[in-house]
Amino acid sequence: MTAVLRTEGIKKAYGGVQALNGAGISVDEGTIAGLIGPNGSGKTTLFNVITGYDRADEGQVHFAGQVITNAAPDKVFAAGLGRTFQLTRIFPRLTVLENMLVAAQHKRQQRHTVRQRAMDLLEFVGIDRHAGLLAGSLSYGQRKLLELAYVLVADPAVILLDEPAGGVNPTLINLIADRIRELNSQGKTFLIVEHNMEFVMGLCSTITVLESGAAVVSGPPEMIRSDKRVLDAYLGADLEEEEPDE
Amino acid sequence: MARELIHAIVDGILTGGVYALMAVGLTLIFGVLDIINIAQGVLVILGAYLSYSLSTRAHIDLFTGLLITIPVMFIIGVVIHWAFIRRLRGTERTSMTLLVTYAVALIIEGILYKAYGADDVQLQASYTTSSVHIFGFYLPWIFIYGFIVAVCLVVALYLLLYRTRLGRSVRATMQDENAARLVGIEVNRVAALTFGIGVAVTAVGGMFFGATNAFNPNSGYDLISRLLAIIILGGLGSIGGALAASVFMLTLESVVTIWQPTWAIAVFYAALVLVLLIRPTGFLGRKAVRAQ
Amino acid sequence: MTRDSRPWLVRAFLLVLLVAAAVAFPKVFTNPAVTNYGVLALIFVTVASAWNIFSGNSGYISLGHAVFFGSGAYAMGIAARDWNVQGTTVFALLPLAAVVGAVIAVVFGLIALRVRRHTFIVITIAVFFIFQLAAFNLRSLTGGSAGLNSPFLNWPSSGYNTPFYYIALAFAGATIAIAVAVRRSRFGLQLRAIRDDEDRARGLGVRAMRVKLTAFVLSGAITAMIGSIWFYYINQVEPQTGFDPLFDLLVVLMAFLGGYGSITGPVLGALIIEPGTLWLNTQPQFSGGYLSEILLGAVFLVIVLFVPRGIVPTGGEWITRLRTRGRPAVVPVAAGAATAGSAGGAAAASAASPAGATADAPPASRASKGGAR
Repeated sequence: MTAVLRTEGIKKAYGGVQALNGAGISVDEGTIAGLIGPNGSGKTTLFNVITGYDRADEGQVHFAGQVITNAAPDKVFAAGLGRTFQLTRIFPRLTVLENMLVAAQHKRQQRHTVRQRAMDLLEFVGIDRHAGLLAGSLSYGQRKLLELAYVLVADPAVILLDEPAGGVNPTLINLIADRIRELNSQGKTFLIVEHNMEFVMGLCSTITVLESGAAVVSGPPEMIRSDKRVLDAYLGADLEEEEPDE
Repeated sequence: MARELIHAIVDGILTGGVYALMAVGLTLIFGVLDIINIAQGVLVILGAYLSYSLSTRAHIDLFTGLLITIPVMFIIGVVIHWAFIRRLRGTERTSMTLLVTYAVALIIEGILYKAYGADDVQLQASYTTSSVHIFGFYLPWIFIYGFIVAVCLVVALYLLLYRTRLGRSVRATMQDENAARLVGIEVNRVAALTFGIGVAVTAVGGMFFGATNAFNPNSGYDLISRLLAIIILGGLGSIGGALAASVFMLTLESVVTIWQPTWAIAVFYAALVLVLLIRPTGFLGRKAVRAQ
Repeated sequence: MTRDSRPWLVRAFLLVLLVAAAVAFPKVFTNPAVTNYGVLALIFVTVASAWNIFSGNSGYISLGHAVFFGSGAYAMGIAARDWNVQGTTVFALLPLAAVVGAVIAVVFGLIALRVRRHTFIVITIAVFFIFQLAAFNLRSLTGGSAGLNSPFLNWPSSGYNTPFYYIALAFAGATIAIAVAVRRSRFGLQLRAIRDDEDRARGLGVRAMRVKLTAFVLSGAITAMIGSIWFYYINQVEPQTGFDPLFDLLVVLMAFLGGYGSITGPVLGALIIEPGTLWLNTQPQFSGGYLSEILLGAVFLVIVLFVPRGIVPTGGEWITRLRTRGRPAVVPVAAGAATAGSAGGAAAASAASPAGATADAPPASRASKGGAR
């Protein structure tokens, strides 16, 4: 299998804090990959660098045979890389359907086709009944679903999810996991940052552990579960007690 | 030529000190409340008129008068905050406060026209006319006194912010309003006090401006556009930036005036535009919003 | 289906009625003092709508549209003087005003649109002052503080306002039509997405700078053209009338009064405020200028503080609330239902979500991330 998304030696500092220190990850095409690590280990920063929301000081991002290091967010998205945010970001004063259409703009199909596809995706995540409502009136869980759905509109090859299971109830977590599996079976590649270990272990085929801005180990869930360094660095603490909020 | 240049630079630095005081008030208000107070310019003019009334009607010395005008301006600031600013909420709050303070500026300007008329006036005292002779040129005493008072007040503000409990609360609120609330800081009270302090400094700015320039109720526009350019250049919310930018811009303007008196103010804005092209957050701006 | 088509018919009928009334206005009121109100009101309808195309949709509030208005006026004045254009042929110069407005908007926008929203407002003010200063100081070009006079139009003085009325009406109509088209287009959707969350929109492939700049240029070009019409109508332009800080505030006030971001809002706002201020200035007790200034500021404060979303959306909300009282709220299905207002929407959401299969944690759970495990 080939890596569709790969980062090499990414460094990023904020003031005196080295958020990323040579982070290198690799995501194979058609897989669901996980990215875990303690708070402040640089997971979200790495997402921001990959998707163009932050500039890397050093290092490179490779995506589908191109170098996309420090490309603007719209370029990254146009290249086929979509993402969600830890705290969901929807457009509160647009309707749910309009939210879907914002991302649909690279498509040259008929208006009707785009609309139909948007409605299909809303149905896929189960919020099609709310299509005409202002997105700001949705509940938190519904917003998460909307964010997932509108990223799908433009049909990106790889989707980065930042804590898809954060702050939602168990029923919804299962729904989200199901939808990710289904999309994956249709060929979509995922990279997921998540604190919910059960969710990550159950879903991902490869997991990379980030610590102090660098990848310390990468492998299948069983291996990660038993790796001593990981237990020391993260899992041990996390499985025993609740980790503090970011 | 060299003498003119030195004169211009000294002039710029001394005036810059007083502008720094007004700009610090403005940038402090932005830092704590996320408000750009468009009324700051006309409030300076109001401060100047207050000094004018005190000196012409009650024959109170301009500097002594500050003991009255500073508290008055402080109260006006608190009232403006209480009556208008406090009520604004929501996602476009910063933009809304611009409009609200613009409206407040209009009302104050209208009141000043009604009270004082449209004719230019200037504050008079012995030290506005008598000069000191240094480096071969004459400098009115008011420039030196104004600079000293401004520097003292900037230092006092600094001590207030960095050495007192209130200051800690203000700085905490500047960094993270919600966190400040969580540790028991009464954010509304801090905001009102900050707005009051930010406005109180215009009493001093107004006195100095009125003693060195002829002014009328309309002069606020010119002032506010300068002050805005200064605080953007210094980086919104940055006190050090406001100080540096005031001195830099006023010196620049003063030097350019030697050759191009009518276009000096344009240079002021041009510098702003240039800096924004290179660094949209200003020289010493607060870090752009965090990743999320 | 009949439920939907009836309001449509009513709306079409109202529109025809409005257009007929607007066309008939100068035939009914022939008094030049009255038609003068009409001409200036329509000029401001155009400006407020043009302002709204950019600022209302994108959320970037411009307090510098007088830059375009004044530049349009001056461009015409300078061109007519230097090329010696006479009579009605001056109207052939209108495209020039549009080009001047567009070019200024490109340069102005490339600088000002790089910064955050509230800094943008401040930059627009600064640019405005640069233009006013230039109008005062570039004496050979602008005539300095004396300003410029427009070429003489030998139209009969009795019906002098009427042609201007129809020109302004055409501009107002065209601008409203453009505003509607923008509102319905993908371009408009992108602008509104930028208003809600610019960074997020960029992450969904919206080329934010290009979209914002396009809207700014469109808005600036229209404003410059109507500025040149105003110049012909008033016969002269001076730095303080062409580049008037009150103009900027009035335009923003019009949009906010009617409803910032909606199509009808700025139109209604302009139709209320411009005749209102004109009338005030004719009243002897307001002649000094300062009272109308105080009043204007006070009205502005009341609007921004108490009806910040404008009278059109707020009124619409009241109507919706009255209509839906006592029976379950109907979920609006059409995508264009944004104007239905959030009150109806929120009611519908709360009615719908407890029954839904996707009922989930309330937004408050955001704070306790670990709790959901």
